[in-house]
Amino acid sequence: MTIPQILFYIFALVTCGGAIAVVVSQNVVRMAFWLIVSLGSLSGLFFMAHADFVAGAQLLIYVGGTLVLLVFGVMLTASGAQRQLKMSPADGFLAAGVGTVFLTIIMSTVISVDWDGVSKTLTGEVVSQKIPTGYNKGEEGNTIRRLGLGFLGIRADKDLGAPEDKKISTGYLLPFEIVSIHLLVVLIGASYLARAKRKVAPRTN
Amino acid sequence: MEGISLNSFLFVGAILFVSGIVCMATKRNLIGILMGVELVLNGANVNLVAFSRYSSIGIDAKFIALFVIVLAAAEAAVALAIALSFYNNHQTIDVDQADELQG
Repeated sequence: MTIPQILFYIFALVTCGGAIAVVVSQNVVRMAFWLIVSLGSLSGLFFMAHADFVAGAQLLIYVGGTLVLLVFGVMLTASGAQRQLKMSPADGFLAAGVGTVFLTIIMSTVISVDWDGVSKTLTGEVVSQKIPTGYNKGEEGNTIRRLGLGFLGIRADKDLGAPEDKKISTGYLLPFEIVSIHLLVVLIGASYLARAKRKVAPRTN
Repeated sequence: MEGISLNSFLFVGAILFVSGIVCMATKRNLIGILMGVELVLNGANVNLVAFSRYSSIGIDAKFIALFVIVLAAAEAAVALAIALSFYNNHQTIDVDQADELQG
């Protein structure tokens, strides 16, 4: 058993255990804590998959931003007895049964698919052309520059060096702009929705 | 890295996804339901990153994973604002009490 494997199994175990603990625990504050544990070690899994920028964004945005927001929401809403809203045991057993069946269906589907063959069929690779199966050696780490260029509309792996009649940008400039406008609108709307409503004092005289 | 198969990543994604679905279905706290949504989105992200690594989709899957992260942040902001507004109006966070629109 190599060191990457051991690291992978540690991260995977903490991720899955944290996710299940989120479901099982009844206290909202503990749920938030287990969610932080789960998503933090999930970014470790992303590092294991050589997606370094996605892993860094996961740590910064999810663990540093979204979950802090959720913890603030817990603090602003949960008070006293409302911190623990219990579900009935019958509902719990039903949910566990349905979840197990669902998980079994997904896992048996994952096992029964031949992923290398599907990948070849979907992308229409020529059979004689030898494509590496198993894992992509070419992009071990170092994805930040290619991701940044792609968000600017340039694809280093597809556009540069292409023939003149095939130079149509396949980058992600338009979705990037749409997402940025969307984020601005969403934040304005959120601060409008969550503002403190003060009663206007009736004007004297 | 050779010893880790694509299926192991997909199993982690499946467990996250199912945990999120069960969390969304059973929790009565609105914030708990939000946490379930986050788990589901992260399960999808695990699959995207794993396919980016192990199949010929390549770096496009990483772009989609980044969009998922950003949109999840936006969704959490709006849903939390709705939760706070609901709490201000009802003095509770129990979603079973939110039945004014019931026919």
